[in-house]
Formats: sequence, structure tokens, C-alpha cells
Amino acid sequence: MNVLHFAQAFFSDGSHWHGRDGIPTRLSEHVKYSLEALLFAAAVGLPVGLVTGHYGRGGNALALIATAGRALPSFGLLVLMFIWIGFGMVPVMIPLVVLAVPPILVTTYEAVRSVDPSPVDAARGMGMPESRVLLQVELPVALPLVLSGLRTAAIQIVSTATIAAYVSLGGLGRYIIDGLYQRDYEKVVGGAGLVAGLALATLVVFWAAARLAVSPGVRRSG
Amino acid sequence: MIRIDSVTKRYPDGTVAVDRLSLDIPDRAITVLVGPSGCGKTTTLRMINRMVEPSEGSILLDGRDIRQQPVNTLRRSMGYVIQNAGLFQHRTILDNIATVPRLLGWSKQKARDRAAELMARVGLDTSLAKRYPYQLSGGQQQRVGVARALAADPPVLLMDEPFSAVDPVVRKGLQDELLRIQDELGKTIVFVTHDIDEAVKLGTMVAVLRTGGRLAQFAPPAELLSAPADSFVEDFLGADRGIRRLSFFSAGSLELQTAPVVSVDADAATLAARAEAAPYLLVTDSDGRPLGWSEPDGLTAGAVDRDRLLDHGRPFAPATDSLRAALDGAVLSPTGWAVAVDGEGRVVGVVSQQVIGEAIRAAHTRVARDSAVKAAR
Ligand SMILES: Nc1ncnc2c1ncn2[C@@H]1O[C@H](COP(=O)(O)OP(=O)(O)OP(=O)(O)O)[C@@H](O)[C@H]1O
Ligand SMILES: [Mg+2]
Repeated sequence: MNVLHFAQAFFSDGSHWHGRDGIPTRLSEHVKYSLEALLFAAAVGLPVGLVTGHYGRGGNALALIATAGRALPSFGLLVLMFIWIGFGMVPVMIPLVVLAVPPILVTTYEAVRSVDPSPVDAARGMGMPESRVLLQVELPVALPLVLSGLRTAAIQIVSTATIAAYVSLGGLGRYIIDGLYQRDYEKVVGGAGLVAGLALATLVVFWAAARLAVSPGVRRSG
Repeated sequence: MIRIDSVTKRYPDGTVAVDRLSLDIPDRAITVLVGPSGCGKTTTLRMINRMVEPSEGSILLDGRDIRQQPVNTLRRSMGYVIQNAGLFQHRTILDNIATVPRLLGWSKQKARDRAAELMARVGLDTSLAKRYPYQLSGGQQQRVGVARALAADPPVLLMDEPFSAVDPVVRKGLQDELLRIQDELGKTIVFVTHDIDEAVKLGTMVAVLRTGGRLAQFAPPAELLSAPADSFVEDFLGADRGIRRLSFFSAGSLELQTAPVVSVDADAATLAARAEAAPYLLVTDSDGRPLGWSEPDGLTAGAVDRDRLLDHGRPFAPATDSLRAALDGAVLSPTGWAVAVDGEGRVVGVVSQQVIGEAIRAAHTRVARDSAVKAAR
């Protein structure tokens, strides 16, 4: 038996497509956890990255936070949170958000910093308020990089959200953990395949978002 | 009027960029700030729209301290053009130009109509309206920069080396365009450059700054060229200021001679009569356009060999050109005579180096007398 056979067996088993433990349920749970974590991380990382990038201050502090955030093992953090808080969404969300904030924060900061200073100078000289300089001059030009930071974060969240299963929550991690426990390798391979597929779908979503949101003037010249 | 009153700018690191500068910038004219790199031109310009705050002194706009109004209100009343245009790459040309009207709260449609009008004014084809900046040449981008600065019709225009990043031919086009626009709109323009030729060409008044941000001389360009205040200004003006100064004297008063001019169709009698007039004759075609010079002996009535004529050099137009153009024509002509033409390129006469030399001396005497009169008053 090889991996492909496992996968085929898993996906062709009709019972895997219904009910509490069915693929649609687990997939939507996984997407929901991931989206929530991404929104939280973006709510923190985007504004802080934009403002620090705009004023060009705090780069060193950001680099430190980013390194610390990357060094923290997500699983270790989950166990710690679980011991501390117990069951529930919170101990799952914290490691996911901690994982996702650094790429969003650092990329956004760098993206705004690297915007050509002369349009920014021209905008100020024309009497544009600072908030508009940031949102209407810097952000549209920085957008491709900002989106790439969000994309990196999203992919990491999708693949790490499997840990939710450790604290008895759902998501695609269920198949992997239950499968390993029950020595049901079809389940393990099927779950892993679904996570990989979801990660690819995330890439596609971000590609489409960039096509829609980034001005053709920025896309072609960048 | 913009009055710069004893302004000093000391940057936090201790650099004194501008040192007790006082300047009265006249309305509806181009005032050029010129000087070597680092002499404080940009700093001075940016103090006018408060992109830089003076350490000492004040700047008055029509008698009011510029700090008396909100900074963004002040800036929206002053167009600002910078070296690389600084266009917004994510916006179309039309929306770039519409920026300040939109900031002022105009409707999108009104702002765009105005932007389209300005594209025409600065010589941009309206077919470029929907393009993005990266699809334009450097010269076109600079025109967009000027249009954007003019969009809300501000009374003041601040320009920091706007044409220095384009090649000389395009630069000349942009300069001519600016002079034409200025003729129509009559803005109060402060123009920064490090190119003295550009300063002399564009400026109604020219302020020469020296390193350390001190004013070396503030004068109309002709006066700058004829009477530099000191050796710094003289060196900055360059070696051929005497020649360049001739740009300010019209060639209209030159006494032209028509006797040495003959048509290709001239008959033998005419040729013989004209041969007496001058050592060389200028041959024109039957429309009166110049063909070239010849010694009288080389001409046979009815059979002029055009290939054997000497090149007539570059003609000048007395109605619009300066003594500099006339002298240039004479110096480049193999005979030492310059050819004068009308607006259609038809010969109106010829003039020798000697006559041009006398006109130059007369012009200098006139200027010296005028400034003596002015000084006496
Ligand atoms: N933000 C700043 N902080 C410190 N010093 C500055 C700053 N901006 C300019 N200077 C210094 O002030 C002096 C004048 O600078 P400024 O930019 O006004 O010169 P400039 O005449 O425009 O020169 P250039 O022709 O090279 O553009 C220079 O010595 C420059 O190094
Ligand atoms: Mg400068």
C-alpha cells in the first residue's frame, strides 16, 4: 500500500462525506479557525506595521518581536495555554495569532518603508493630511508586499490549525490525530492531503485578491 | 508678494542651510533660486510651503505670516513640482492631476474635467489620460507634474529642479512650455535650479545663493550678466557671460543691407551692379529663401551653379532673435556676414560682423547710461 492508495481509499469512502466527522464539516471548521486567527493577526499586524512604516520608527523593536514570535514553538505554546486556560478556542487562537503576526507586521512595515519617497513628498507638499498620505499614497503602492505578508501568515495558519485537534476541537487536524491514534493511515493521509489542498486554495485566493486590489499602474511597474 | 524676511534654517545636526536670507519675490513673475549644490535652494523653497520650518525669521505671503493659516490650507494654495515629478504610480494620469481639486472637495467629475483641461494646457495629448505614469516618458511625466500643480489654479507655484532629470532637447521644450504657460496664467513662480543657463532663460529675477545659504546677488538676469556683484557670482556665471548677455539685446535695431542680396533669376546687368556693392553676394531662390554665398565672379546670369555656392550658415530673424543669434550667424558664416530672414524664412537683408560689433557696443553704452541714471535717482 502506498500513499496514493491511502488517499484514494479515504476519499472514495462515502461515509467520510457526511456527519459530524465528515469532510465538509471538518473543512469548514478548519477554514473558520484559520479565518478567525488571520483576522485577529491582521487586526494587530496591519495597523502597527502601517503606522511604524509610515513614520519610519520602531524597526528594531519590530525585528525583535518578529524573531521572538518565530522562535516560539506553536505546539509548545498550545500546551502551555491549555494547561493555563483549559479547553476552548482561546488556547488555540493564541498560538495561531502569535505565529501569524510577525510575517504580517514585518512585511507591512518593510512594504511601507520601501515606497518611493518622492510621491510621498509631493503628496505632503500638496497639502494631503498624513492619514491620506498613508492610505492613499503609500498603501496602494505597498499593497503587493502587504498582501504577500498576509499570504505567508495565512498559509502558516492553515497548516498549523491542525493543532486545534489536540485540545479536542475540530478541523482537519482531527483526521490526522485520530488516524494516528487509531492507526488508520487512510485517515492520516486524507487529512494531510486536505490541509495541503486548503493551503493551495489559499494561494489562489490571494492571487485573485492581488489581481483585483492592486492598481495596474503598480502591478506592471513593480 | 512673498517676503522672505531674514530667515535662517539650522538643521538638528547643526548644518546651517540658509543664513539670514531676505528676498522679496515679486507677484506674477518667475523668480529663480540658483547656486551650487548644497547652498540651500531646496531648503529655501520648502520653507515657503512649510515643508521645512525656519529656525529664525519669518515668511510673509501678501503681508500675512504663512504660519497664520493651517499648513494644509497653505499648501493647497501653492502648486509644488519636484525633480522626478513624484507621480502616484497607482493612479491614472487624469487622477494624478485631479489630486488637489479632490482634496479641496470638488466632485469627481468636475475634478476630472479640470484635469483634462490642464492636460491640454501643458501640451499632453488627452489620449494619455487613462494611462499610468510608468507608461509615460520622463518629459511627459514632468508635464503631468506641472499640470497636477496647476490643477486647483493656485496663485503660487513652487518648482524644485523640475526639468533637471530630462535630456537637453526635452528640457528646452519644457522650458519654452513653462514660459508660454506663464504668459497665459501669470503665476508667482519660485523656481530652483543649479543650471545658470536655465536661470537666465526663465527668470524675471534671479537670486544667486552661495554655499552656506547666503544671498550673493538678487537681480534681473541681464543685470546679473552685465554687473556680477562679486567674483563668486562671476565665476558661477561662467566664462562666456559676455556672449550670453547678448541674448538680452534685440537684433531688431541692426542696420541690414540688401545690396549684396541677389536672386538666382537676376539678369547680367543686376549682377554687374551688385558686384560693386560687396565682396560676396548672397544668392536666394525665386521665393527669396537663401541658397548660399558666392564671389561675384563666380556668378553667371541665368546659369547659377547652386552646388558651388558657399553655405549661408544659420539665418536669424531680427523681429524675434537677439544680438547673440545675429553674432552667432555671422561667426559661423564663411563670409563673416549673417543672413537676416522674416518669419517665413525669406531674406530681408545681410549684416557684417563689424556692424553687429558696433550694435553691441551701442547696446552696452545704453545699458551703462541707464544704470547710471537709475543709480542717480
Ligand atoms: N534634513 C536635513 N538634515 C540635515 N541637513 C540637511 C537636511 N536637508 C538638507 N541639509 C543640508 O543643508 C544644506 C542645504 O541643503 P539643500 O537641500 O537646501 O541644498 P540645495 O541647494 O537644494 O542643493 P542641491 O542643488 O544639491 O539640491 C546642505 O548642506 C544639506 O546637506
Ligand atoms: Mg535641492
